[in-house]
Amino acid sequence: MMNCKRAARLMSDELDRDLSGGERFGLRLHLLLCAGCRTYRRQMAFLRQACGRLAPGGDGAGRPPASPPRSAHSGN
Amino acid sequence: MSLDQDRPLDDGPRPPGGNPGLSSAGAAIAADLASFRPDMLRFALLHLREVAMAEDAVQEATLAALQGAERFAGRASLKTWVFSILRNKIIDLIRQRVREPVFEEPEEEIGEAEFDELYAGNGHWLDERRPSDWGDPERALENKRFWLVFEACLEHLPAASARVFMMRELLGLSTAEICAELSMTSSNCWVVLHRARMALRLCLDRQWFAGGRDE
Repeated sequence: MMNCKRAARLMSDELDRDLSGGERFGLRLHLLLCAGCRTYRRQMAFLRQACGRLAPGGDGAGRPPASPPRSAHSGN
Repeated sequence: MSLDQDRPLDDGPRPPGGNPGLSSAGAAIAADLASFRPDMLRFALLHLREVAMAEDAVQEATLAALQGAERFAGRASLKTWVFSILRNKIIDLIRQRVREPVFEEPEEEIGEAEFDELYAGNGHWLDERRPSDWGDPERALENKRFWLVFEACLEHLPAASARVFMMRELLGLSTAEICAELSMTSSNCWVVLHRARMALRLCLDRQWFAGGRDE
């Protein structure tokens, strides 16, 4: 089975590129069996979400921020 | 929103030459633009790590917004628009900096062995280093102190890693675009991003989710 070190690398790569079929399969299998890596993956998603918030109106890695920036002015 | 047309500008968007000769559209957004200045400066500083350069970027973006104010009419969010201008200024400055040999000091990187201590010999997490649950991390997003920690963690990334990471996650560039700007290979770019995420995760884990969990 794929080890956690390799899985962590793929869980980063999947944020930047399409994984190959083999990589996706191997990662999915690993995640079924590894709670630590499932946690890691949620944390990667959270990092992306937080970065999206830091860029007002920015499209942090192509996605709009989940909600208005924290210090958005309320004048309108 | 209604604005007094005669309202003077705050210190932010005034160009060095004096009277900006604002159009009425420019005057209408000037005060709002000035109010964005602290956020813009903080954002630019995260990327550029030099106060003077960040101030230049913010000033140029603000001026460009004032001069192009007519084009803004009817858009959803002034802040979104001016940040998109700032984003382009930052990318220009990064591009210049990368190409100018003046700045070509050897830059720190996150080394390959940096995270070896997390893993056992077989490449699986060591028991005590296995990622532990962050609970409901979205709650942290509403906490001002969390953002101080988050920005501090970004600032602690080595410069070269931080640049790639922030171009990807804060400026929203694709890895192909980053590779082109920084003359990197894609595979190198992916490795740098991976290590930056690892480092950021560990920093947040240590500085916020472990220590401030009771928050």
